[in-house]
Amino acid sequence: MQMKRWKNVWRFLPLLSVIALTLTGCGNEQLTTLLPKGEGAEMQFNLMMLSLYVMIGVFVVVALIYTIVLVRFRRRGEDDNEIPEQTEGNVVLEILWTTVPIILLLILAVPTVMATFALDEGTDSPPEDALVIKVTAHQYWWEFEYPDLEIKTSQDLYMPTGERVYFELASKDVLHSFWVPTLGGKMDTNTGTVNKMWLNANEPGTYFGKCAELCGPSHALMDFKVIAQERDDFDAWAEKMQNASSQAATDQAQQGEELFAKSCIGCHAVGGEGGNTGPNLTNFGDREMVAGILEHTDENIKGWIANPGEYKPGNNMPAFGDQLNDEELDALVEYLNGLKVEE
Amino acid sequence: MSDYKKKNPVWDWLTTVDHKKIGILYLVSGAFFFLLGGLEAILLRVQLLYPEFDFVGAATFNQLLTMHGTTMIFLAAMPLIFGFMNAIIPLQIGARDVAFPFINSLGFWLFSAGGILLNLGWFMGGAPDAGWTGYAPLSTTSPGNGVDFYVLGLQISGIGTLIGGINFLVTIINMRAPGMTFMRMPLFTWSSFITSGLILFAFPALTIGLALLMFDRLFGTQFFAAEAGGNPIIYEHLFWIFGHPEVYILVLPAFGMFSEIIATFSRKRLFGYSAMVFATALIGFLGFMVWVHHMFTVGLGPIANSIFAVATMLIAVPTGVKIFNWLFTMWGGKVSFPTANLFAVGFIPSFVLGGMTGVMLSVPPADYQYHDSYFVVAHFHYVIVGGVVFGLFAGFYYWWPKIFGTVLNEFLGKLHFWLFFIGFHLTFFPMHFLGLMGMPRRVYTYLSGQSLDEANFAATIGAFLMGIATIVMVWNIIQTAVKGKKAGNDPWDGRTLEWAISSPAPEYNFAQTPLIRGLDAWWLEKRAGNKVMVPAEPLDDIHMPDASILPFVMSLGLFIAGLAAIYSMWIIAIGGLVLTVVGMVLRSVIDYHGYHIHKEDLPAEGGKGK
Repeated sequence: MQMKRWKNVWRFLPLLSVIALTLTGCGNEQLTTLLPKGEGAEMQFNLMMLSLYVMIGVFVVVALIYTIVLVRFRRRGEDDNEIPEQTEGNVVLEILWTTVPIILLLILAVPTVMATFALDEGTDSPPEDALVIKVTAHQYWWEFEYPDLEIKTSQDLYMPTGERVYFELASKDVLHSFWVPTLGGKMDTNTGTVNKMWLNANEPGTYFGKCAELCGPSHALMDFKVIAQERDDFDAWAEKMQNASSQAATDQAQQGEELFAKSCIGCHAVGGEGGNTGPNLTNFGDREMVAGILEHTDENIKGWIANPGEYKPGNNMPAFGDQLNDEELDALVEYLNGLKVEE
Repeated sequence: MSDYKKKNPVWDWLTTVDHKKIGILYLVSGAFFFLLGGLEAILLRVQLLYPEFDFVGAATFNQLLTMHGTTMIFLAAMPLIFGFMNAIIPLQIGARDVAFPFINSLGFWLFSAGGILLNLGWFMGGAPDAGWTGYAPLSTTSPGNGVDFYVLGLQISGIGTLIGGINFLVTIINMRAPGMTFMRMPLFTWSSFITSGLILFAFPALTIGLALLMFDRLFGTQFFAAEAGGNPIIYEHLFWIFGHPEVYILVLPAFGMFSEIIATFSRKRLFGYSAMVFATALIGFLGFMVWVHHMFTVGLGPIANSIFAVATMLIAVPTGVKIFNWLFTMWGGKVSFPTANLFAVGFIPSFVLGGMTGVMLSVPPADYQYHDSYFVVAHFHYVIVGGVVFGLFAGFYYWWPKIFGTVLNEFLGKLHFWLFFIGFHLTFFPMHFLGLMGMPRRVYTYLSGQSLDEANFAATIGAFLMGIATIVMVWNIIQTAVKGKKAGNDPWDGRTLEWAISSPAPEYNFAQTPLIRGLDAWWLEKRAGNKVMVPAEPLDDIHMPDASILPFVMSLGLFIAGLAAIYSMWIIAIGGLVLTVVGMVLRSVIDYHGYHIHKEDLPAEGGKGK
């Protein structure tokens, strides 16, 4: 009999092992919500913890009653034919387990509503000196425009630390969602309307960004990066972006630039010139990743230009593998890698 | 009954209007789609086994995730719930059939027509790939015909669900045996009653959303195209005005099943019956006021988000009431643990975890982090698997004897439970952390070096365990079908009316309509020393409804119309609609007299009262 009781403990074993497995870390510190690095993410994390503690309290009570019931009130063997008392209920208990949860929820609801409004604060009319960034989501890349600074870039979002940066979010094609977990929660980018939010990074660093709304086959690959810098560094970057030159430094790059001007420029802008249906490439050479997901190597750039669909299924860039020979690809890569504003 | 119909079993099943047979049809097709949806889930998890793993690829993955969700909700959970409602509710309220047997059959055939149409996409150029939510403009611009199968398949099966819901509302209001007052109804009947009400109010929103989507896709309208003045957010509202109540449509009947199973196997009356009924109704009512919590990140503003946050938190109160009443039903009881009760008892901690994360998700600022991440995937699987699927399994082992007249193997049943229970937690518990660590949902792959590898691997192993558990269940069914042990009328010492009659129930259910003398009517009679229910009427001829092929024909018509519309074959589509209308006209002009089972033909033990 005693052994049988322990059977119920077993059911918690897989749970415990999984908890042990996953709690060994809080995740990648550039990606996780559990090590917040921004004002918004901290507010959100605190609410996550508050609600978790309240809920763990409830769970402990349930688990206690549950365990007692399973141990004490088991039927002992087939010949245990006793008919227990047919209790109808208990009004006091019903009132108790109605009112106590209501009180617990009030404890949760008040800070919830306060934080909901706090996170929306100022988004409709940001302070005069605040930086505003317009984010436009595309299948499957991100466009970042700094209207006051007259800068456009893509994939890598530069922002200053220690201040609230205001965002205006929209989409060009289908719904996406703009999410930088370590800095703050997500906001959808819709078609037809503009959403507004702010993020505030506590310290300089590179943070991963994700698309969080199913947007097509390459939804999983719609990554971007946030590069948060001290205000001075950011201002310096902005100035370099404003004065970025697309002048090729070598002969090979010169050839690449000519190729670029013949075709690529229809969709991709460098500096102020070029189309805007594809990512702006003004500081392409500075990016850690190609297309947000590939290591920044010459091979990957060539592979991407030759056949983008192989890396991001369903994306809108045509394959140029048939139109460009190896020499031309090398030249393009040389040119693109020279598009830098940082040393 | 005419003899030729009896001779041909295929014809019999196509034309039956007997709620017990329709129940079996629902259960069999629901089980088929459950296996299909499960297979899709396994393929999804294999694709996510390792980072940057290539198994099915991006496009197929999106089709699989769309069809997994759509299949499990609309084609597995819904029909399985309807299967149990059909098989059990008329027996529980002492009725001979549902209020509208013909419509009952029509509901089933419409559901199957829609379900088959939805799945045809796999064979005709690609399944739907815009998620089970089908948000515009992704759904309106998705190339190929995949999403058309989604729109028309769901529309047709949705009509079936809607009329099924209406049928059960009327049945439960009008067909209760004498003495079966509302406050003496078993909890499964109560929760199905409330679920039917939710269906009545929730499904029209889906119908409208799908209709607008259909116009955008097939007829070039621009309801959801922002560049033409449309608004994609309207679709999200319509979908979730349906979608949130849908969660309760699924889980409330499961709650009803647990209420009966826990009471039966504790040998105790349900603790706090009236509180349970009130809590169920309150959950159903509040279920319509919380849909925006699926849309906290859409940008509706802090006022809307706050209101819906508080409304959502409120739902935790009646849900908590139910949990505590289940615990106190067992308290002081004599609890035994056959498979049915293992699933019911295993449900409690699993569902409480899902409820906890539900409250956490109701906090909008925190939800900005959770939303559309794996945290949400973990949450709703804890609710829908931990609640609905555990309920369906519990009900399956519990009512199998009443439906089929045999008992499922207990050893295999317990193996099924333990494998499934462990696999379930191993799959979904790590997903909470995946979400918190920044993994969005609906991604076909994840890059290495983001600390997401271990938990994804564990989740996939868990999914395999659930797959093995399901195979054990299928093996159990096959074994039982081949050489199952005969069940008595009342194998579990049941409390409610269905256990008072033979297993399986005769086609007329009750030879004499029983008199109900209290809650747990059959238990009361047994304790009073009675071997049968006290009849409320003298033994007489029993009037039975006629079988009809028309529901099948009408559904076939809509199926043809839907399929032809996808390919813009308008003549054929109109032909299909004409077939349906002809069926409706025939149904209206032909007199159905039904037939009688004469009292002399009723078996002697069929309830001769005094």
